[in-house]
Amino acid sequence: MRTFINAPRSGTCRCRGFLRSTIRLIAMLELNINGQQHTFEGDAEMPLLWYLRDEVGLTGTKFGCGMALCGACTVQVDGQPVRACVTPVGTLQGRAISTIESARENRIGAVVQQAWIAEQVPQCGYCQSGQIMSAIALLSTKADPDDSDIDAALSGNICRCATYRRIRAAIHRAAQELKA
Amino acid sequence: MKRLSSPGPVEASSVSAENISTLSRRSFLGGLAGLTLAVGLPGQIALASSLDSSNTPFEPNAFIRIGVDGQVTVVSSYLEMGQGAFTGLATLAAEELDVGLDKVTVVPAMADVKRYANPLFAKMGWNLQATGGSTSMSGGWVQMREAAASARAMLLSAAAKHWNVAPSTLAVENGEVIHPASGRRLGYGQLVAAAAREPLPDKVVLKQPEAFKLIGKQGVARVDVPAKVDGSAIYTQDIKLPGMLVAVIAHPPRIGAKLRKVDATRTKAIAGVVAVVEVPGDAAIQGGVAVLARNTWVARQGRDALDITWDESQAMAEGSKEIFEHYRGLTDEVGIVAIERGQIVDAAPAGGTFIDAVYEQPYLAHAAMEPLNCLVHVQDGRCEIWNAEQWHTGDQALAAKELGLKPEQVIIHQLYAGGSFGRRANPNSDYVVEAVRVARSAREQGIQAPVKLVWMREDDMRAGYYRPLTVHRVRLALDNTGALVSWHQHVVGQSFMTLPEGAVDPVLVEGAADIPYAIPNFKVVQHAPKLAVQTQWMRSVGHTHAAFVGETLMDEAARAAGKDPYQFRLALLAQQPRHRAVLDLVADKAGWSSPLAAGAPGTRRGRGIALQFAFGSYVAQVAEVTVASDGTFSIDRVVCAVDCGRVINPQIVAAQAEGGIGFGLTFLRAAITLDKGRVVQGNFNDYPVLRMNGMPAVQVHIVPSDASPTGIGEPGVPPVSPAVANALLDATGTTFRTLPLLGALRPA
Repeated sequence: MRTFINAPRSGTCRCRGFLRSTIRLIAMLELNINGQQHTFEGDAEMPLLWYLRDEVGLTGTKFGCGMALCGACTVQVDGQPVRACVTPVGTLQGRAISTIESARENRIGAVVQQAWIAEQVPQCGYCQSGQIMSAIALLSTKADPDDSDIDAALSGNICRCATYRRIRAAIHRAAQELKA
Repeated sequence: MKRLSSPGPVEASSVSAENISTLSRRSFLGGLAGLTLAVGLPGQIALASSLDSSNTPFEPNAFIRIGVDGQVTVVSSYLEMGQGAFTGLATLAAEELDVGLDKVTVVPAMADVKRYANPLFAKMGWNLQATGGSTSMSGGWVQMREAAASARAMLLSAAAKHWNVAPSTLAVENGEVIHPASGRRLGYGQLVAAAAREPLPDKVVLKQPEAFKLIGKQGVARVDVPAKVDGSAIYTQDIKLPGMLVAVIAHPPRIGAKLRKVDATRTKAIAGVVAVVEVPGDAAIQGGVAVLARNTWVARQGRDALDITWDESQAMAEGSKEIFEHYRGLTDEVGIVAIERGQIVDAAPAGGTFIDAVYEQPYLAHAAMEPLNCLVHVQDGRCEIWNAEQWHTGDQALAAKELGLKPEQVIIHQLYAGGSFGRRANPNSDYVVEAVRVARSAREQGIQAPVKLVWMREDDMRAGYYRPLTVHRVRLALDNTGALVSWHQHVVGQSFMTLPEGAVDPVLVEGAADIPYAIPNFKVVQHAPKLAVQTQWMRSVGHTHAAFVGETLMDEAARAAGKDPYQFRLALLAQQPRHRAVLDLVADKAGWSSPLAAGAPGTRRGRGIALQFAFGSYVAQVAEVTVASDGTFSIDRVVCAVDCGRVINPQIVAAQAEGGIGFGLTFLRAAITLDKGRVVQGNFNDYPVLRMNGMPAVQVHIVPSDASPTGIGEPGVPPVSPAVANALLDATGTTFRTLPLLGALRPA
């Protein structure tokens, strides 16, 4: 990661220290998103969410709260579920980022998406990308989760339509499918 | 379905709508006219404006179009916000036309009150294209089927002429007109050119229910699901137009505060900030200072760096505590009588029981997952808006007024909503008008670009337009036989309806003034004080608070009478067969006649029942709870019985009932509270909506019915909070009259 010092200026609300309140780091990063390389140049503090949505054009990852409270922005970084709204791009150099747009490209993702269709999970649909990314991460580490595993893994993902029962059923269905 | 072009960013190369849906999968006119219909991947939204109707081969009416490939396009005058309207309307049309749903594409209607006024709102005197009141299926039930049946009749006439046979000898089957006697067949696509020359039928015969292949059948999949599992469904948040700027706004910190001055020095130093604009506010529109930038992140940083001085001299001084106190006092006042029969009794009859109960319920935020947003492009003599419209022509009219335009000069492109629960149907079009004001102010600074206003979660939660805070006071009298002889209820809450002074607000007292129980002496009085806090409807509206009051009191009355709460209700419903039917069904399915199984040692279990008639539908629920020794409780199961008339899609009815229960369970947990005119809560940390770990098992049972369809988006909500409170009463003997439950007993 190369850094450049930008023109000094006063701070913003996200500034956490004296240094950051007076200078701004401009980063140039190579980011691997869904298997493709993207060159990022800008504020390394920019959350991945806004880079994905506003710059790369991957809008399947949603904005819901901005504070890692709702899970709508869940993506995976090196296979781990991560809230993109609080993950600065500066932490992601050389790591594998995957979003809902690439979920179908691996077996677990494709099976989970099919299970979501079979259980007719979505209503408004806005949170479902995040739900699915959390479900894929769960099934990647636990082949046959029980309800309490699902609660633990998915309770960070809010659905105001309350499709929770169907999400749970879809995860069980996907687990069975993956065992077959 | 194979992708024919890359999924990339949703970036329109012009403002014409077909680019929004990004992908085309079929040529609508066989390439002859060079017109490609943007239908997108399954479930992706396409816009009605993408069809140039002059080039559409067969458009018999505002709702149905059929192409030369036989593909049917259904135009939805309703917003799809999760409730399944698109699928329901497609099902109605497909049924009459005898095609599978794979042959149907749903496009949202443009804002056009002449063609798309809500037929049920029109009956109430509102000439408005809007989605709400759980009316999409009840409104579409006749309208959409007649539209499709008209198209069918014209196809049949065209085929009859072609074959020189009587139309009565023909039938439709799987997208074709058939002549059974000769075995001849013609696909709809082959007939559309001729059908377009046929006269519109004066009247049509609708398909008989016995012949239904789709309506009421299991396994009819939602049309919008595929796009909602792969991230390709497009919401307002996702639209990006060329050159578009994102605006993030600083709203006044207190209700009634106004902008005094702003120092934007720090903001303007941030790379990517394009402009800072002052946005006029008033009683209906928040306004404040907006920062326009290349992307949302920069705009938000810019907003947070503003140094604003607010004029708080006119700001609201009270908070929720003072409002509750004021409201409690109003229950002693005369008020406006909503309904009165017999002579109410305000004391215990000899040997009887008297209950005097005061209920307090807070403001609630809709808190849809997609924070409010709206994309506006103000141009010379016109304005284009991209938005998920629940208040289509209301927003169009107020946006036009704001800009000095005629309504038809405001073109609105409809998108999916990431939830709404009523919030996007704002009577003052607050967020739409605010977005227009941002764009207009930017234009005054020479910015021609489209501007998308994006509220952060905190802006959304603090921007007002809440479910009203209410106080109910009810005085019940039971005689010495345990009969409920008198019910005297005062309902105090703000009205958001436009009504003459002194009029009864039917929305404020709904679910209270119309309770179904045979109570001889009955009176409901309303008080609608005016406050600076903005309020509006939220999913199931007046029933959100009325059901909790009425249905917990029914249990208190049953206990006072020493009767089983289910039997106590039944005895008061002799003249109400549909109410009784859902109660009987839910009691049967929940095993009400058998004792509830005991829980683990140290826990207490309880079971409660509740009933509500809302939006034309009858819903009864039984909730089962377990209370732990530390006072936390879990909701183990909710059994639900629904009678919403004829069911169009049983899977969607069940999903809406489940979702309604989940929505209603948040009432036990969350509140918007005001403190000196400031909204305390801001995000999901302090507005704790229901999560996966709080969702009970839910079983939905549907009463078979051949009555006309009624609502289902809302009626699942009201019974659950009283059913749970009744279960807690059963488990603990404690009554609950205040929501949320934050006392000794609270949700785990």
